[in-house]
Amino acid sequence: MAARKEAVMNQIRSELALANAQELMNKTNEKCFAKCVTKPSTSLSSSEEARTTCLSRCLDRYMEAFNLVSKVYIARVSKERLNERDSV
Amino acid sequence: MADKFDEATQKELSQFVETEQAQARLHQSIHTFTSMCWDKCITGTPSTRFSRSEESCLANCVDRFLDTSLFMVKQIEHQREQARYQ
Repeated sequence: MAARKEAVMNQIRSELALANAQELMNKTNEKCFAKCVTKPSTSLSSSEEARTTCLSRCLDRYMEAFNLVSKVYIARVSKERLNERDSV
Repeated sequence: MADKFDEATQKELSQFVETEQAQARLHQSIHTFTSMCWDKCITGTPSTRFSRSEESCLANCVDRFLDTSLFMVKQIEHQREQARYQ
């Protein structure tokens, strides 16, 4: 029973983690395509090193932005929660 | 099909699901903010690191969006109150 419970929990955890990762992938794809592929040519690599550099930097920066935003948001949420508790 | 979970386990699982859902909503908000603030703050070609101004723009963007949201709630409440006394 306990093992089955753990299995259910782990499945839920991994499905949510997957959905989260997929969302992040879709977003980086959308944003970095918009930034780096302004005039699509026939291939990504042929004389397009600048483009792939842009894409890989963009991916790194988007991840960094995601982490920064989550840090700021979580800090704000806990701050508001404290304020709320103080005012009650 | 295996036996059903006992009552205590069901309760624990529903608690677990609720927490995970709250977590998922939080993640969803972070995705939305990142996307919105990226569009607002990152206007140039991505480089190897953020500039000072890009970094602070991202942080300010999140905080100002939440300020806006709180302001709107207050404003609507205020207007509703005023309407009540008319």
